[in-house]
Amino acid sequence: MNEQIQEVLALTNRWVKRLSREKFSMLFTLIQPMLFWLIFFGNLFQRAADVQVVQAPNYMSFLAAGVVVMTVLNNGLAGGVDLLFDKENGFLERLMATPIRRSSVILSRFLFVMAITAMQILVILGVAFLFGVSAETGILGIALILVLGMLFGIGLTSISMAMAFSVKSHGDFFSVLGFLSLPMIFLSSALVPLVAMPGWMQFFAFFNPMTWVIDAVRPLIISGWSEALPQVGIALVVLIAFDALCLYGGAKAFKRSVG
Amino acid sequence: MSSPAAIEVTNLGKTYDGVEAVKNLSLTIQHGEIFGLLGPNGAGKSTTLRILITTLSPTTGTATILGHDVVKEADTVRRLIGYVAQERAIDRFLTGREHLLLLADLYHLKKDEALARIETLLKLVNLEEHADRVAKGYSGGMKRKLDIACGLLPNPKILFLDEPTLGLDVQSRLNIWDHVRKLKEQGMTIVMTTNYLDEADQLCDRIAIIDRGEIRAIGSPKDLKASLGGDGVWLTLSDATPETLEQLTTALQALPFVRGIRPRENGLDIRVDGPEKALPAIMETTNKVGCLLDGIEYHRPRLDDVFVAHTGRSLTNEPAAPEA
Repeated sequence: MNEQIQEVLALTNRWVKRLSREKFSMLFTLIQPMLFWLIFFGNLFQRAADVQVVQAPNYMSFLAAGVVVMTVLNNGLAGGVDLLFDKENGFLERLMATPIRRSSVILSRFLFVMAITAMQILVILGVAFLFGVSAETGILGIALILVLGMLFGIGLTSISMAMAFSVKSHGDFFSVLGFLSLPMIFLSSALVPLVAMPGWMQFFAFFNPMTWVIDAVRPLIISGWSEALPQVGIALVVLIAFDALCLYGGAKAFKRSVG
Repeated sequence: MSSPAAIEVTNLGKTYDGVEAVKNLSLTIQHGEIFGLLGPNGAGKSTTLRILITTLSPTTGTATILGHDVVKEADTVRRLIGYVAQERAIDRFLTGREHLLLLADLYHLKKDEALARIETLLKLVNLEEHADRVAKGYSGGMKRKLDIACGLLPNPKILFLDEPTLGLDVQSRLNIWDHVRKLKEQGMTIVMTTNYLDEADQLCDRIAIIDRGEIRAIGSPKDLKASLGGDGVWLTLSDATPETLEQLTTALQALPFVRGIRPRENGLDIRVDGPEKALPAIMETTNKVGCLLDGIEYHRPRLDDVFVAHTGRSLTNEPAAPEA
């Protein structure tokens, strides 16, 4: 057990070092979601969006939950990219020739992606605060938002890693990634509540796990505990099922690839 | 010393996507030797190496490292071996020292032990000055040195090198060869893949020529060359008639050091034991028979000749692109 902790910490440390050496990349990773979505999109639609439809004090406060979960989505789906490059240039082979538990590489990646995502969520909530949106449920609510984000992130990162281990080239990986990301956002309650959608989009959004997570995060920000708790309960059930499915698929892809 | 062979490979086979990359491969590698897997790109040598370092499992057959099965006892095997990866397998955002520190943790070394060993290794491969620079700026030779230090970090019994001098300049190649020879002197068993004939010839105690997933020949470079039937002497006789040629052949066959004679265009290909006696005697005999000697060419058998003899094609020494 001690050995595995040593392995995971060393591997996680590597991801952190890599990120810290790519300062520009780090900066953009951190500010992109709030710049594009929260600040631009939020302010742009502040007056266009009908508060009767979004059922929130203003569009920015409605959007905050969506941007939080979008960030989880993008980080999670991109979570396998570095492993893909490691696989392609042979670094993964170098790691796999050492006496480490095979799972340590995966665990280090989860740990890293989750840590970055948590930081980003906090920054997004901070920026939202500057625009006058503060979480109704306080610190505890924010902690719960982080937990929901992590739970969703685990499943998404598994999908990403499974893809990284299965694809033949990184071209394939990025095509699938690009294809998945935006539809997942549009076909969810991130930008517009389900009731305001055309029927067919509503249908897809209903089966998108992202919708359920957003619908739990949103009342934690704009409503309060009594409205949030039942939603959080449903989201937890959805997420446990989602994670179980993704982890199972991920484990299979990993076994096939590295044995 | 009744310890098992360093490496024992039995009927090894690997099929990917319906293609047999390695077919029914068997070989034994002894303690303390430098063993080379020689072949063109895609011959199956890298696949064989990957199976031996436990990162790929075989479809059929078995392989053992110091008596431990590479599949069933993979973890034990990983603790016994060092792996010198191809230079692409370097994280360009990490410094040389950080590579070694990472691996030290993956081999579960204690902190102070790790630091001391890393210091020694950096000195050994002459990389101290650059140890704290990010690998992005390393030259090919420096990356190679770092690779070797990484391979030696676990203090392995057996060291595996994957194309150790691919794409390096002459000076760096000679440096790497020196390192490998020194390791052998210390008793380490070394297995390497290469597609350079001169590297196999000069560095390896024994080589296996692999082509299309099969071993075509195995032995020391010297024995493999000798098995071609001695050194070659080519005579060019422009105005010889069939009769004089036959006369000459009979006379030459009587010489004790001649091992074989084959006709070639405008002359003969004679296989001899060595040049000292053979060359004067051959010239003398040619004169006696009355053939006019247009040219005489002597050459030792080259590994390329061995390669051609066993695979039917030449392994050119042009620097090859790295395997995908």
